[in-house]
Amino acid sequence: MGAQTENGAQKKVYTVEELVAVNPYNPDILPDLENYINDQVSSQKYSLDANLCLLRLYQFQPTRMSIKIVAQILIKALMAMPAPDFNLCLFLIPERVQVEEQFKMLILLSHYLETGRFRQFWDEAAKNRSMLEIIPGFEKAVQAYAIHVLSLTYQKVPRTILAEAVNIEGPALDKFIEHHVANDGWTLETGRGRSLLVVFPQNEFNHPDMKRKSKDAVPLEHVVKVFPILG
Amino acid sequence: MASAYDYDDSSHEGRDSSHEGLEYDPNYVPDAVKTFVVHLYRQIRDKNVYEIHQMYEGSFQLLTERMFRDTPWPSVEAVASYVDNDHVFCMLYKEMWFRHLFARVMPTGMQRVESWDNYCNLFGVVLHGVVNMQLPNQWLWDMVDEFVYQFQSYCQYRSKLKSRSHEELQLIRQYDQAWNVYGVLNYLQALVEKSTIIQILEREKEGLEIFTATDGYDYDNGSSNVLKMLGYYSMIGLLRVHCLLGDYSTGLKCLVPIDISQQGVYTTIIGSHITTIYHYGFASLMLRRYVDAIQEFNKVLLYILKTKQFHQKSPQYDQILKKNEQMFALLALSLSLCPQVKLVEENVNNHLREKYNDKMLRMQRYDDEAYSLYDELFSYACPKFITPSAPVFDEPLGNYNQDAYRLQLKLFLFEVKQQQLLSGVRNFLKLYSSISIGKLATYIEVDEPTLRTVLMTYKHKTHAVNSKGNIISHADIDFYIVEDVLHIIESKPAKRYGDYFIKQILKYEGLITELERVRLD
Repeated sequence: MGAQTENGAQKKVYTVEELVAVNPYNPDILPDLENYINDQVSSQKYSLDANLCLLRLYQFQPTRMSIKIVAQILIKALMAMPAPDFNLCLFLIPERVQVEEQFKMLILLSHYLETGRFRQFWDEAAKNRSMLEIIPGFEKAVQAYAIHVLSLTYQKVPRTILAEAVNIEGPALDKFIEHHVANDGWTLETGRGRSLLVVFPQNEFNHPDMKRKSKDAVPLEHVVKVFPILG
Repeated sequence: MASAYDYDDSSHEGRDSSHEGLEYDPNYVPDAVKTFVVHLYRQIRDKNVYEIHQMYEGSFQLLTERMFRDTPWPSVEAVASYVDNDHVFCMLYKEMWFRHLFARVMPTGMQRVESWDNYCNLFGVVLHGVVNMQLPNQWLWDMVDEFVYQFQSYCQYRSKLKSRSHEELQLIRQYDQAWNVYGVLNYLQALVEKSTIIQILEREKEGLEIFTATDGYDYDNGSSNVLKMLGYYSMIGLLRVHCLLGDYSTGLKCLVPIDISQQGVYTTIIGSHITTIYHYGFASLMLRRYVDAIQEFNKVLLYILKTKQFHQKSPQYDQILKKNEQMFALLALSLSLCPQVKLVEENVNNHLREKYNDKMLRMQRYDDEAYSLYDELFSYACPKFITPSAPVFDEPLGNYNQDAYRLQLKLFLFEVKQQQLLSGVRNFLKLYSSISIGKLATYIEVDEPTLRTVLMTYKHKTHAVNSKGNIISHADIDFYIVEDVLHIIESKPAKRYGDYFIKQILKYEGLITELERVRLD
């Protein structure tokens, strides 16, 4: 962060998030933001605001754009699913950049995740290991998203469906399930045809009937309107 | 009035300003104009906001209609001597002068640059806190609105290089700071910060300050409202600029200090009200927060429906109607992707059906014709996206003014495509309380694994992430799966008897009052 050294101790040292908040339209913070995405990758942090700010600066000055950094931002955005961050980033990336091979691949991956096609996703991801494996936490983040979507959809999901979505099989899957049984309230059940079912804890999305029925409440300001008439 | 001519600049393109030069003498000041500026100058000095407003909205339009329908007003140099060469007044006059020019006459490249300079000077004076004027909010809103409009217009101008003359290209190159995107954003941001408007709104919530109740005017001490209100409107300006750039989440962040769930200063000027909700709704649509979009469009469309008649004489009337139509199109898009019709008020829904019923039905089919309808509505109703970067002169000169729009359209249609099977599934779900996956798969004519992905897509797309990061369901037909059986739950809204009765009571009361007024003899 270039700012801190000039005036020695007097100058406040800003974190990158503060820089973005204080002065979001300043081309000089571009290198800081580029360093910060590297930092986000290596220490498994994430800041959508900082990354959008960087993409915006690239949009203003396309000659300064680094393809490598854009790719990192997009992978981090994929990991933020179910939030729509990947699209938010794409909105800011010129089409001529999006047609590059690696971006086409990432867009395809996003499409598979958006449409719940986990089998295709993992197949495609496997073909591009060199690019994705260097991002710590990538696999875990996608698995978390898969579980999120499954637990919205299912009260009880067949083990095979779960296996496909998180791309884990055999003993590793047993361990994976065990872990969630211990930590996240999953339980196991035998279904019809003796297949194994994983039961997700209840939430208002897989038990939509739990959703509180909205009461017939009338706001005071509406009632006030009829006061003069009633009186 | 700022962007009445909004949609396509190219319609102006053919006209150049030379033809009206035959009669137009910039130095000729008719008596009526002399009186106008002298009077306006005096009212501004005397801080008669009401009078200023009358002149600004009334007299200026009247004189324009009478004398300057398609020629510019007299130049500022020509009128300066009637107003003591007052520096600030001259800037205000120029602001109006350029705004009128942009609306009525095609500006030259140089005039665009000069208008930018004038805004820089004007905002510079305001930011340095040396003005003590009070101006009508309408005018201050128009300034911010026009500032963003001219920026957008310049980006369009600068991105159509093919037909530019050598001189024009030279000018674009030479004045590369004019309407520079950093400059534009930083002025808006500086106005927000310098005005401390965010803190003012915070303090108001705690009851420590009055802002909304007086619409930002200071009736007691007569201190200037200019910086404060420019700061307030700049938050809306920032939302709009970010939408033009395709940066929707940042845009919505800029609007957070304004609570749009209720009336506020932003609703007192109809232009500001519409601009705010139009961009808020559009950004929400792009963020897949369909319910937010539907609710806010519904509210503002109902408001316009009820108040349209009062604006018929307003210079903004055409613009109001245009945005009204565009928001109906956006509402049709939102409802096609998220069929929560019960969120839409009856009258609004009737108007919507009148205009779009047929198209909305066809959009549910998700065939090629449906996509072309999504395309049509989006293209008609979207903001005029811009490419903010400076042109590259080394490459062969081309037109890239459509690039930004095409990208946003493409991504939107991609989203629509991802949701193509959902409406079919939804129609089947409506018919059952439970059904096996196998059976449903044969009805929809897909295999079981595909159906499972479609069902997950349905869940994912109907569960949006809100601004606080929470998952919000906007499914009216919802379901859950146990192993391989779907259980369907239709959320039937509780009938709102309370509201219904109150509405009827008020209606009958109105009717009785009406009847009592009738004299039979």
